[in-house]
Amino acid sequence: MSDLLRLATAGSVDDGKSTLVGRLLYDTKSVLADTLDAVHRASADRGLTTPDLSLLVDGLRSEREQGITIDVAYRYFATPKRSFVLADTPGHVQYTRNTVTGASTAQLGVLLVDARKGVIEQTRRHAAVLALLGVPRLVLAVNKIDLVDFDEVTFSRIAKEFTAHATALGYAEDAVVQIPVSALAGDNVVERSERTPWYEGPTLLEHLETVPVEPDPHDAPFRFPVQYVIRPRTAEHPDYRGYAGQVAAGTVRVGDEIAVLPGGLRSTVTGIDTADGPLQEAAAGQSVTLLLANDVDISRGDLIAAAAVPPKVTDEFDATVCWLSDKALTPGARVLVKHGTRTVQAIVTELRTRFDEQKLGSTDAPESLTLNEIGQVSLRTAEPIPVDDYTRSRRTGAFLVIDAADGSTLAAGLVGAPLPELDDVESCTDGGDAAEPDSHALVSPGP
Amino acid sequence: MTTTALDTLGRLESEAIHIFREVAGEFDRPVILFSGGKDSTLLLHLAVKAFWPAPVPFPLLHVDTGHNFDEVIEFRDRVVAQHGLRLEVAKVQDYIDDGRLTERPDGTRNPLQTVPLLDAITNYKFDAVFGGGRRDEERARAKERIFSLRNSFGQWEPRRQRPELWNLYNGRHRPGEHVRVFPLSNWTELDVWHYIAREGIELPSIYYAHQREVYLRDGMWLAEGPWGGPRENEALVEKTVRYRTVGDGSCTGAVESDASDIETVIAEVAASRLTERGATRADDRLSEAAMEDRKREGYF
Repeated sequence: MSDLLRLATAGSVDDGKSTLVGRLLYDTKSVLADTLDAVHRASADRGLTTPDLSLLVDGLRSEREQGITIDVAYRYFATPKRSFVLADTPGHVQYTRNTVTGASTAQLGVLLVDARKGVIEQTRRHAAVLALLGVPRLVLAVNKIDLVDFDEVTFSRIAKEFTAHATALGYAEDAVVQIPVSALAGDNVVERSERTPWYEGPTLLEHLETVPVEPDPHDAPFRFPVQYVIRPRTAEHPDYRGYAGQVAAGTVRVGDEIAVLPGGLRSTVTGIDTADGPLQEAAAGQSVTLLLANDVDISRGDLIAAAAVPPKVTDEFDATVCWLSDKALTPGARVLVKHGTRTVQAIVTELRTRFDEQKLGSTDAPESLTLNEIGQVSLRTAEPIPVDDYTRSRRTGAFLVIDAADGSTLAAGLVGAPLPELDDVESCTDGGDAAEPDSHALVSPGP
Repeated sequence: MTTTALDTLGRLESEAIHIFREVAGEFDRPVILFSGGKDSTLLLHLAVKAFWPAPVPFPLLHVDTGHNFDEVIEFRDRVVAQHGLRLEVAKVQDYIDDGRLTERPDGTRNPLQTVPLLDAITNYKFDAVFGGGRRDEERARAKERIFSLRNSFGQWEPRRQRPELWNLYNGRHRPGEHVRVFPLSNWTELDVWHYIAREGIELPSIYYAHQREVYLRDGMWLAEGPWGGPRENEALVEKTVRYRTVGDGSCTGAVESDASDIETVIAEVAASRLTERGATRADDRLSEAAMEDRKREGYF
């Protein structure tokens, strides 16, 4: 059975991202004849002589009308080697919102740059968001390589500059791969190009098929948010009481000592049930039902954790938030925090820093955080919750900030400060695209 | 007995079970849309696994166009009885009979399902509605969230969708609003068939090759039924066919096929050059944005 790679693509407007995704789908024969006919017809209606592959992806009426991608789209394709779930995240307007959404579940990020423009501010911003969200691997697709006459020097310069930035963000050099491509013409996307003889690396698809997929960390401390208590009360199962959930991190085995948080009760796992029969152990990603030795008081919202390595239980913590709402965040804001399966009231007691892309540093104590901005905040919750640092556990270090009044999602929250301090990143700032007035990138949390 | 890393189907199953349990934990009155078709049958199978050994804690709802295949209705009722569940049926025919809806000139009733669906959601006060929609089906569906908020008119507002982060689903809604939930979002048609094979899930017989009298219209093989039959220049012919999707009989086409069991169906789907909707659904051919427009109005 082939395994699954979840990837997110990101790029600025007009980098050709939808075309690249369309090309991947087209060249892997993932586009079926009727869909392709529709694209041919629509392209012809628009007066184009060749099919516009971006129409495969831009699914909403307003997207096709404006020729831009507005919302994250999910695409599925498979080769004999692997299945792919691709989150295509548009690079403008709500760029952070979309990139954060795509990156939150991605195992690999594909960043696009236009070979004529090179690494721009938006590229650095996207790379930083991917780093912040803990996406383990990056690909830099240097697109429109045909428009710089397949020039190796141009490619090498862009590749080097990007690698410096990614390294500063904490990526190991072997976690970042650069590929010269032309999405429009197909060079090095699926088919190897004869026009880049100097390039010896893999095509984009070859890389996606063979890149190691980071397994869910099975050796991390066990974490299990309780979703639902299963109590059949039927003649067959009169006394059955199981705690249903999905293993968020680590591994659990029958006989393991566990703690139920935030209460602190302890017990032993006596069984791991599934509809297909009992298991001796379950690992991150599996949905199971746990049976415990004592009839302890456990309900939805509790976290079952390895007794030996419990998370911190606290009602005050610092976090990084990616602000995704038009409503600005100000100090003292009352919000809801959804962490695991528990939702608690919270107050944002302090805005500590805002990341400022122009100075590539962080400002102290901003008055507000607005759409697309990323900053460090302090939170106080109405009741203690068990939290891990995001860098240690992606699933139990993540939370949503929700508007209590209308229920909308205001922010992505990450416990702690997941980005490294980027003191030396200033060398990457040359040639930024100052022409983008709406851009706010994140950079390092300040000292 | 010991476990290893999940394969693709294992991950998809685990994700769907997680979604069912989240809804059970956070909503007061969920319901599963259940037509007896393959996607809703798969949904129910996953719900059963999510709550085992307890029964599924939701009722089922079928929005019945009245243009049904007998084999599917028989299967629907048998499965409902087997699991001891409650099935509510909202009938498009009732709306046509008393004048609340008017039959369309083309006789197609799929777009007419929206009003009875929204009325049922309002009348039963359902706050979460599980559907079998998959993102690989169609471009507008590719933009759909797993938890998709609908306003008090049941409308999808694609530009106001909530960001969906990690697997933390935000199901908060105000009175009158509800959430459509799509546990199969990340499945492809082929995943569905591979999983049906792996789990040995029974489907209505019309998904497998059988003899049927059909006539050709707009490049699709349609069957005769209460919804009508061939026009003057359309001849009824007996063919060996099967259905890739099952919807309103007036606009669901059969495909010529000898695939009479699950293995041959999988081989056929894998080799097919047409999407399942493109091959068999006239309602999606209406315009480039037919599905988006219907979803905006409150369709599945």
